[in-house]
Amino acid sequence: MSNEEFPLLSDLKKGPWPSFVTEIEKTAEKKPEMRDLLKQLERSYEDKITYWKHGGIVSVKGYGGGVIGRYSFLAKECPGVAEFHTMRVNQPAGWFYTTEALRTICDIWEKYGSGLTNMHGSTGDIILLGTTTPNLQPCFNELAKNGWDLGGSGSALRTPSACAGPARCEFACIDTLDICYELTITYQDELHRPMWPYKFKFKIAGCPNDCVASKARSDFAIVGTWKDEIKINQEEVKKYAEAGVDIKGQVVDNCPTKCIEYDEEKKEIKIDNSNCVRCMHCINVLPKALKPGDERGATILMGGKAPILEGPVMSWVIVPFMKMEPPYEELKELSEAVWDFWDENGKFRERLAELIERVGMMAFLEAIGVEPDPRQIKEPRANPFYFWREEDLKPRTDPWEIWRKAEKEM
Amino acid sequence: MASEPFEEEYISDIGPPHYEKMLPPVIKKNYGKWAYHEVVKPGVLVHVAESGDKLYTVRVGSPRLLSIYTIRELCDIADKYCDGYLRFTSRNNVEFLLTDESKIDALIEEVEKIGFPVGGTWDATKAKYGLSNIVHTQGWIHCHTPAIDASGPVKALMDALFDHFKNMDLPGLCRISLACCLNMCGAVHASDISLVGIHRTPPSVDDDVVRRTCELPSTVASCPTGALRPDMKNKTIKVDESKCMYCGNCYTMCPGMPLFDPENGGVAILAGGKLSDARSPARLSKVVVPYLPNNPPRWPEVVDTIKAILETWAAEAKPHERIGEWIDRIGWEKFFEKTGIEFRVQLIDDFRQPRHTFRATTQFRW
Repeated sequence: MSNEEFPLLSDLKKGPWPSFVTEIEKTAEKKPEMRDLLKQLERSYEDKITYWKHGGIVSVKGYGGGVIGRYSFLAKECPGVAEFHTMRVNQPAGWFYTTEALRTICDIWEKYGSGLTNMHGSTGDIILLGTTTPNLQPCFNELAKNGWDLGGSGSALRTPSACAGPARCEFACIDTLDICYELTITYQDELHRPMWPYKFKFKIAGCPNDCVASKARSDFAIVGTWKDEIKINQEEVKKYAEAGVDIKGQVVDNCPTKCIEYDEEKKEIKIDNSNCVRCMHCINVLPKALKPGDERGATILMGGKAPILEGPVMSWVIVPFMKMEPPYEELKELSEAVWDFWDENGKFRERLAELIERVGMMAFLEAIGVEPDPRQIKEPRANPFYFWREEDLKPRTDPWEIWRKAEKEM
Repeated sequence: MASEPFEEEYISDIGPPHYEKMLPPVIKKNYGKWAYHEVVKPGVLVHVAESGDKLYTVRVGSPRLLSIYTIRELCDIADKYCDGYLRFTSRNNVEFLLTDESKIDALIEEVEKIGFPVGGTWDATKAKYGLSNIVHTQGWIHCHTPAIDASGPVKALMDALFDHFKNMDLPGLCRISLACCLNMCGAVHASDISLVGIHRTPPSVDDDVVRRTCELPSTVASCPTGALRPDMKNKTIKVDESKCMYCGNCYTMCPGMPLFDPENGGVAILAGGKLSDARSPARLSKVVVPYLPNNPPRWPEVVDTIKAILETWAAEAKPHERIGEWIDRIGWEKFFEKTGIEFRVQLIDDFRQPRHTFRATTQFRW
């Protein structure tokens, strides 16, 4: 593309960071209609406004989601992108690929689409960006023949995603990839056919470092943790100390509960595990010397969401500890109980956190069958405005009866 | 009428390929049995298994928006050096996975030759942290609700912060994220620094489009502040502009009421959030700049503000201390003083539960 034609975009080809403009140009070299994307985008840069219309229902046979319809306001000026729909393709858990698999996707997208992608979308899918309505079905058919399927969109289960987990991380307390795959396969119907009040996201993080942002970005966050003692290899502690790591300053002083002691002479670490909150800091700094314990499982947190509508929410602890062993029956039972309650009580476009706030955490926990636990809260409430059930109470007495009886007796 | 049956071989609901098919042999062999990792140099990790096997990772920044032609080039490199295996990270980096240490430098040279920088790693043991990639949304390239572009500001920022990506020269982790509107499909609300596109004017109702495309009750119900009323006689929606706080939820429901205003839309900056529970608990980001103008192609006001936050923190933070933890230590008043950011009245919460954000103690710093 000539820099004179698209001066604003051309400016973004300069600089050391790889340029998205260059990527669009690469597609335009092979597919002339993609020049119209540059043209429309340059116009957006000039006018500071989007030129994509709102919505448009397009899909493939048997699916209620996975395709995002997109039409341009500049259809006449930029006919090449008049229809520019997106397909969300469900990524493999942990975003691991063989080049063969990636090349297959590239070949299909070269045949049926713009050649432009997001690796990856915010929820985790492979995003195939830009195709026409007639190309959707054949593109899907060919993806499916090659073992690929669409992800979620709309008021449905969204594509679950997971960190690298046990595939490449010594911190992983749970098999994030397997849990992610198992949930995705079990809930294909919920993923492909929107049937809920709003979206619902699962994310699976192997440890409290939460590299998939599960606590902020999913309604149902599964975060690996452990219950027993941190495993210490004192030989490796010594080696770190001898290599110049300031164990007192970097580790002991940064421990949030001050449960670590360091013997400078012996170069040994002692941990009061009963006071450890499993934050990961000491393990992060001394990965050779410290490891999560053996009694491993996950904390389940719920309600994470962005500001729309009632403000942003960081997921709340619902189940402090759950064992995570295939086929993950307890996990599935819990998610299904949540969906039942949401189906029953959720309002249109109400995320799980908003529903929990509206009906109350007490009612929610009771409905999904989770026992109260002090680990679910930061602190107890400062008001006594709670509901009692009839079975909590003795038979009711009317105070007027007491007073009137007393008056009569006088 | 019964719907037409699908032809027999119609394949659907198969789900993603099983992850095992995508894993290199060294990972299959050592799955769940990694002993530790070390940072070889910026951008290069080694994971060592209990068996003694080593897996090297070369991390590469990407613009997220990738053409299939670039993906094929990345595949060529993975075929040449990594036996055909690679992965992507949750922050849009590409990771080349290899077992032969001697091939690392040649791989780096080749991938940087095609314009993709190696970096984005950190070494917690040495308290040396590199800046990872910025996660972001679609913006003007594909979205119908954005207040700002996404890829453009990210490119401008990563150009300006490039050295921090390449060199592990920060005191702690710093996650920067961008969402081009409050829907936040790139939920950025728990980042060390986040950029959010905001609208600042109420929806412009086109009665004709509302009549043709919108359901009035659900649109009215979508407003969190009760600013919408149905006008049943004219089959349209009336907006009480004094109640509107420009969230855009009504536009998501109804195409007839866009909030776009090129000269008034812009960027809010939030800071101090984190997701990891390391040291202090995960927390939401807080608004520190209520509005900056939407200024393409390089958003200089946004870049300057973020550089001011990042460089002030980098100069002052203790090892491992993230922006929110640094603010915990110095206090919000000192944050505004040190960064030179003006404390504006919009930063005082008046939405749903503001009482928890007001200070109820005489403890403060001067």
